[in-house]
Amino acid sequence: MQTTVDLLKKGEKAIIVAFNLETIPLKLIEMGCMEGHLVELVQAAPFGDPLYLDMNGTHLAIRKEMAKEIIVEIIHN
Amino acid sequence: MKNTTLKVALIGNPNTGKTSLFNQLTGLNQQVGNYPGVTVERKVGSCSLPHNKKATILDLPGTYSLNANSLDENLVIELLLNKKDKDYPDVAIVVTEVENLKRNLLLFTQIKDLEIPTILVINMADQMELKGISLDIPKLETALKTKIALISSRKSTGINELKDLIVNYEQLSTEPCLNASEIDSDYFNNLRRIYPNQQNYKLWLVISQDVNFGELSKNVLQNNSFSKSDEELKKLQHKETVKRYQFINNLLKEAKKVDVAKAKDLRSKLDSILTHKIGGYVIFFAILFLIFQSVFEWSSIPMEFIDESFASLSTWVNEHLPSGKLNDLVSQGIIPGVGGVVIFIPQIAILFLFISLLEESGYMSRVVFLMDKTMRRFGLSGKSVVPLISGTACAIPAIMATRNIENWKERLITILVTPFTTCAARIPVYAILIALIIPDKRIFGFLNLQGLTLMLLYTLGFLMAIVSATILNKMLQLKSKSFFVIEMPNYKMPYYKNVGLNVLEKTKTFVFGAGKIIVSLSIILWFMASYGPTDNFANAEEIITTESLNQSLSEEELQDKIASFKLENSYIGIIGKTIEPVIQPLGYDWKIGIGIVASFAAREVFVGTMATIYSVGSHSDEENTIKEKMRNEVNSVTGKPIYTFASGISLLLFYAFAMQCMSTLAIVKKETNSWKWPIIQLLFMSGLAYLVALTVFQFLK
Repeated sequence: MQTTVDLLKKGEKAIIVAFNLETIPLKLIEMGCMEGHLVELVQAAPFGDPLYLDMNGTHLAIRKEMAKEIIVEIIHN
Repeated sequence: MKNTTLKVALIGNPNTGKTSLFNQLTGLNQQVGNYPGVTVERKVGSCSLPHNKKATILDLPGTYSLNANSLDENLVIELLLNKKDKDYPDVAIVVTEVENLKRNLLLFTQIKDLEIPTILVINMADQMELKGISLDIPKLETALKTKIALISSRKSTGINELKDLIVNYEQLSTEPCLNASEIDSDYFNNLRRIYPNQQNYKLWLVISQDVNFGELSKNVLQNNSFSKSDEELKKLQHKETVKRYQFINNLLKEAKKVDVAKAKDLRSKLDSILTHKIGGYVIFFAILFLIFQSVFEWSSIPMEFIDESFASLSTWVNEHLPSGKLNDLVSQGIIPGVGGVVIFIPQIAILFLFISLLEESGYMSRVVFLMDKTMRRFGLSGKSVVPLISGTACAIPAIMATRNIENWKERLITILVTPFTTCAARIPVYAILIALIIPDKRIFGFLNLQGLTLMLLYTLGFLMAIVSATILNKMLQLKSKSFFVIEMPNYKMPYYKNVGLNVLEKTKTFVFGAGKIIVSLSIILWFMASYGPTDNFANAEEIITTESLNQSLSEEELQDKIASFKLENSYIGIIGKTIEPVIQPLGYDWKIGIGIVASFAAREVFVGTMATIYSVGSHSDEENTIKEKMRNEVNSVTGKPIYTFASGISLLLFYAFAMQCMSTLAIVKKETNSWKWPIIQLLFMSGLAYLVALTVFQFLK
């Protein structure tokens, strides 16, 4: 099932399918945000934003706004 | 070998233990300075190597890649691209960390493309067993065309092996480990044709970003038939990153094995407590409370000691140097000026001790994560928390700490509002005014009224920072992309060497940043207080002595009176009198005016100035004496006391809000790269202070 990173549930894993190259900063790409990489929502902050992710083994937090721009395919285990 | 001092550059992602390694290699043989023209720290140290060789180690700012996102990262690239730079390294050491090897290697492959001899350091090797990680080192060395040092910078293992590698740097391969130009062969072939003598990757870096590389300019390189638009360039950068990751992912699939069963996860356990939706905030505010409590408790004794030492030094110099202008300059201008800087060291050092413990442990990233949403409501970022806390010591290091806020608008607002937080220099002013106008009573049996007032002033500082941020957020029409990425590093025990050196550095930043300005302004103020334009000043002694003939004054009282009269007729006294009409509606007289003007060196100068004005002179530095004199001071026109509840509160609020710190304005100018923002800040804060003080005084009187 395809969705965007901001809609992932806690603990849900997904593969990055595509993202908006215009709005996603290069820094995030360099930290592991790219097609084919695994992303997991570790936890959302208390008011639902920002999101704490495990992206290809890198733990980082981004805001929902940016997470919306990343399309993923959820993997069911 | 021609040169026995090797130049070594340490390069690496943030949170890889690069600084720990630097501290291990250099110990206390390090100097922290600034890169010319910018306030980015330049850390250099020396290290002895086997065979009697020496190396200068340059610790470059942490960077995720060679694509610059910030001022700090620009510097790394500019240095590595410029062979003529005096810091250009003979050998580069890329520091990586065993758990984040995948991401850390991205930077390594880029450095390799620059064809500099490069050593790969894999740090935290002592954690491998615990985390169930095993590495195939020979395979990695072959594929990455380098030599690897497995080290633990905390347990200082592997350091000697690394030093051996550094000495034998000439044996390192300078070949790139992948061919990045495959991402667009035509384009890169064209480049190669036009600039056959330049490295392809170097040309690419110059083209793809806005950094300054001297003789090679982006415009010249882009000026050809096959140049690309910015959009196409970003696409290519993306492709390049993908290519590098493919290489790394494939390599690590074979060379790195993780036994998941063995990996114990401290991270998730701690995260669930520290970022809990209620518990997380409770813990954060408890820690904050503890920090402020300790800053006050622990600093009081050293501060008293410093105060007394400088006072006695001043007296000693005064008595032992031949009397005259030079004596006065040293004992009344320079020594108190330096003392006024040194007195803040304990508070600043203790606060930064805590901040650096929180940063080292990885906890600070969690605070940023917790607070971001709330802070954003006010136009700030989660990353504004650290500057706002640091601001309670001194705004200068605090403003420098805003540098990791990616969003320019959020960063600017943080810079503009941070000086509202109650910095250490306001405390002496608050202390004396509170003692003067707030009764030393307890309410409800335990709450000390004076303590409560001080706490209210602190809260007020924070509140005003938040309120102004909200206003600025509405007013500033700045288009800047919302951009927020923060790494959530592993939790670690803080490493005492890193913490210690960090505290030392931050304190030095204050002493040399603010110190220079405070001391020089103190000297200027001394001159302005010691000289006057009129005959009244020159003949002060005669005038007062004649006036006081029929009063039976002691010699000491007479001297005090003369000093006071001199001050009134000095340049600074004249300034005070000139601004009196402006500050009268706030409940102040020209004497307080002098105090306010003098406060531009640093706010706490107010107290010393008041002491001189009320002719307590140098005879008795006791606070009580100043307080008594101030209490007895009456308005010459109305005959009512000057320091009433109304004027006192008005003055407290004026000091809470006004921008009275030259050093802060200077650093804001540096960080925002224009005079516009410090001027706006000065006008906004001081204007607000004036209005609030005016309203409060008119209302309360």
